[in-house]
Amino acid sequence: MRAFWYPVMASALLFGCATEDQKPAATAPVEAAKPAAKPQAVESKPVTQVQAAPRSGATAFAALKDPNNILSKRAVYFDFDKFDVKDEFKPLIEAHAKFLRDNSTAKMLVQGNADERGSREYNVGLGQRRSDAVKKMLMLLGARESQIESVSLGEEKPSCSEHTEACWAKNRRDDMLYGGEY
Amino acid sequence: MTPHFIRALAALFFWTCAAHAQLAIEITGAGAQRIPVAIVPFAGESALPPGISSIVRADLERSGFFRGLELPPIVPEPTEATNINYSEWRSRLADALLVGSVQPRQDGRFEVRFRLYDVVKQVPLGGVAYTLGKDQLRATAHRISDFVYEKLTGEKGVFSTRIAYVVKRGNRFELQISDYDGAGAETALASFEPIISPVWSPDGKRLAYVSFENKKPVVYVHSLLDGKRRVIANFKGSNSAPAWTPDGNRLAVVLSREGGSQLFMINADGSGVRRLATSSGIDTEPRFSPDGQWIYFTSDRGGTPQIYRMPASGGEPQRITFEGSYNVSPRISPDGKTIAYITRNPAGKFQVALLDLSNRQVQILTDSDRDESPSFSPNGRMILLATVINERGVLSAVSADGRVKQRLSTAAGDVREPAWGPFIE
Repeated sequence: MRAFWYPVMASALLFGCATEDQKPAATAPVEAAKPAAKPQAVESKPVTQVQAAPRSGATAFAALKDPNNILSKRAVYFDFDKFDVKDEFKPLIEAHAKFLRDNSTAKMLVQGNADERGSREYNVGLGQRRSDAVKKMLMLLGARESQIESVSLGEEKPSCSEHTEACWAKNRRDDMLYGGEY
Repeated sequence: MTPHFIRALAALFFWTCAAHAQLAIEITGAGAQRIPVAIVPFAGESALPPGISSIVRADLERSGFFRGLELPPIVPEPTEATNINYSEWRSRLADALLVGSVQPRQDGRFEVRFRLYDVVKQVPLGGVAYTLGKDQLRATAHRISDFVYEKLTGEKGVFSTRIAYVVKRGNRFELQISDYDGAGAETALASFEPIISPVWSPDGKRLAYVSFENKKPVVYVHSLLDGKRRVIANFKGSNSAPAWTPDGNRLAVVLSREGGSQLFMINADGSGVRRLATSSGIDTEPRFSPDGQWIYFTSDRGGTPQIYRMPASGGEPQRITFEGSYNVSPRISPDGKTIAYITRNPAGKFQVALLDLSNRQVQILTDSDRDESPSFSPNGRMILLATVINERGVLSAVSADGRVKQRLSTAAGDVREPAWGPFIE
């Protein structure tokens, strides 16, 4: 099943080398329950292309990594038992929505997280509510549904492992990841 | 059952520290009066170390119902063929007596025979003969324990059952299966991403669980016989919280593919997905009642997470829990009469509660503060759970009457997500 994700990575890498004339979005592997249907085909070809043209076309992709660019910021934090995106994160989500709009082949995985307290499965639900919130806002701002998958990691992948309110606040979080980053 | 035995039901339970086991037991709650049983070393059992009688004795004592008597050397050793002098055993304060023998066979296997007596009523309670290889010693001893337990208490024993749980060491997660006492642990799945929510199929041959190995929750069914695993739910979004139907043909799962966390049914091969319920809240942690008529689940449709139930065929959900603002993880007892779940008390502690469905009485069973994932033993007598002690995840067990508590931990790592397997026929 790991192979299932190669196409995502592949299309993201591909996407660095071309702003026009590109079609791998059709494979859209995040779409669903057809596991590992076509990984081999996609897996092999894009790797060379990435190294081939990192000059002009790479600028859009590079922006995601540029610490001076808002797009390098990926985390959205939530208050306790809250699922609405706070005003302070709206410019960040607007920037990513614009990026997705401008780069129709870009794919995003929004991973929602919850703090450790309570039931693991209910926390999967809470994380999902948070990732759905960011996905919905991205779509309202023009990103396409097919570009975004919102999932939940529940309490399972804390970024902070102490049992304090300060730490729990860091774990009530969405991470926005682009294809190739996970 | 006699009142004597009913009193003894209050007592404790389990887990040994077998030499090769990874799990160690610590008794943290006291038992009540226990039945004194004389377990005579089986004649010839030294051919099968550590000896059948010692394993049986450990099983019975861990159950909380029994106390093994210290016996002086008896010459000649009584066997299942010996005539029993009841008054002599009564004078040793035994209520019951177990005797047996081990004979090597020509083919290298062994024959084990035993007989159980009720010393108070002065009647034999039966016996069985088994042939076994050396590697079946523990399994055979557990079957003898089950025989004794059932004859003396009237209930089935759980000594031959297995448990599943997840061990986290550093960033490595292992789904392990062991005997009920922690012995013979085997790793069914190892991963660098989390594994949660293992549940046994009713036949005990498969586990369904949620693995994050694809950077999102995906539901698998894993056959324990051949180690083959199958993705049964990997839809866009999150896939989690599997629960088997009592016939083992289908599962309820929680999917976010249509937005939110909602209940769906799916066949055990991953086909035939269909929506079960629609709510504006999070619906999760489904569990079927033993008769298959109801699905209990957690939902926050009313504002706080509470336990609800709905007909398995679909229909209007009814709220089941009303006390407190956080009641989750419902597990129905094997007789369908009570529900164990996790409740958060006003001080913020998460504890195991037991709800009697006939009179809606709630009893808090634990005094720990971060309990999770309760799981009934298949005879309903004990509840296995995960909790945190000294910042480490450990398994713990509490009797369904709350009087007996035990703890299970590993030398290293966090243990969580326990699931007690079914009776094996």
